[in-house]
Amino acid sequence: MSSGVRAGVLAILLIALVSVQYAALDLIAVHGVVPNLVLLLTVAAGLSMDLPVAVVLAFCGGLLMDLAPPAMHPVGGWALAMVIVALLAARQRDDAADSPIQGLLTVAACSFVATSVYAFIALVSGAPGLGVGQVLGVILIAVLWDVALAPWLLPSFTKLLPKLLQPEPIRR
Amino acid sequence: MARLRFGRRPHFHSRRLVGALLSVAVLLIGLSLIPATSSWTSALRDGAGTVLGPAEALVHAATQPVRKLSEYTESNSQLRDDVARLSSQNAQLQREADQADLDRARLVEFEGLNKMTNQTGLRLIPARVVAMGPVQSFSRTVSLDIGSRQGIGKDMTVVNKDGLVGRVIAVSDSSSTVLLIVDTNSVVGGRLGSNNEIGFLRGRGSFNDSGRLDLDMLDDSVTPSIDDLVVTWGSNGKGPYVAGVPIGKVESVYATPGQLGKHAVIKPLADFSALDVVGVVVPKAGSVR
Repeated sequence: MSSGVRAGVLAILLIALVSVQYAALDLIAVHGVVPNLVLLLTVAAGLSMDLPVAVVLAFCGGLLMDLAPPAMHPVGGWALAMVIVALLAARQRDDAADSPIQGLLTVAACSFVATSVYAFIALVSGAPGLGVGQVLGVILIAVLWDVALAPWLLPSFTKLLPKLLQPEPIRR
Repeated sequence: MARLRFGRRPHFHSRRLVGALLSVAVLLIGLSLIPATSSWTSALRDGAGTVLGPAEALVHAATQPVRKLSEYTESNSQLRDDVARLSSQNAQLQREADQADLDRARLVEFEGLNKMTNQTGLRLIPARVVAMGPVQSFSRTVSLDIGSRQGIGKDMTVVNKDGLVGRVIAVSDSSSTVLLIVDTNSVVGGRLGSNNEIGFLRGRGSFNDSGRLDLDMLDDSVTPSIDDLVVTWGSNGKGPYVAGVPIGKVESVYATPGQLGKHAVIKPLADFSALDVVGVVVPKAGSVR
């Protein structure tokens, strides 16, 4: 695949994930909190791809979450959180490849960090009336959602991504 | 163990890439927070909405069969369209009916001329909520399947059959974003139905059934009474909300020690966890708002 086709496939995949996350998953929302599909893709990228590819994918996914309607300011919040998540996941690559439990722990940690980073940005950028208790509740539900979906989605993503974007095997 | 394998640590060039991406993200956050440059990131968002709006509408349409399971009253798309049309009509009539109550209460003061012009100079465009902002983004926004092409503009009032929903804060050509009144950033001027006293309603940010608004009265001596209807105060076309739209009912009243005046908790009339058909209030063609 040429790099142009890969970029196109990547764009379609990300747009599909963000659209599903915003327009379909509200059906299963718990107190308005939905599973973060882009986060799971980012963790999968961190676990299965070379770091430069993973961080670019993470940045693009996060930016789409920032830009897709009905997102509000600040733009860049999720992009920042997702790049950090990709770095975290890449650090866990060997451990998570060894055991599914490690994979789940990685997702839990990444979900916690991503939502916390975004919450911090939202608090600093002045969302009035956001209570710490409320924020912690949201983070907890988000982590539970992401861990609940990880066993189904993470293995598919880690298999799909290298096939789509990196036909040659990863340098070991 | 993993820490000892230096070979897989980020290479210099990928560290530079990570640094660059993090800087761009921080730069974007900065740009969107500075009022002078926030229009740039808004433009970026409107552009993205042109692609993502239709994608979301498509996904939302694909989930309709599942949604229909819970809305078993509607059996086919013909009926759905009827419901959309009738709901918007109903919303308008409801608003007029509620307004009629209010107008009666202050018939003597007003003679209603300005207001009647205002009221008749408006119409509703029906729209469907196609996406909800996830709560982990810490904002309560939804997107609609219509945009500037259908005549939607910024700051327009959005209502549903029960009451006030919010206002339009961003528009692309085929989708628009609505800030719900339960968002912590939302402030609505409200008026008590029984005595015309005015105050400000702020959202608490809760999205579920317990989504409530806090009402602070402008006049410290006024105590709202339980079950009193609160309607929008409106500002003759200068502010975002049109006047006289019912917002909610007073649920409880409390006093904060050390502060003058009473605060009231308002239960909104609209159900924000099940928004579907809404109406956007637009000026009638040829009328001046």
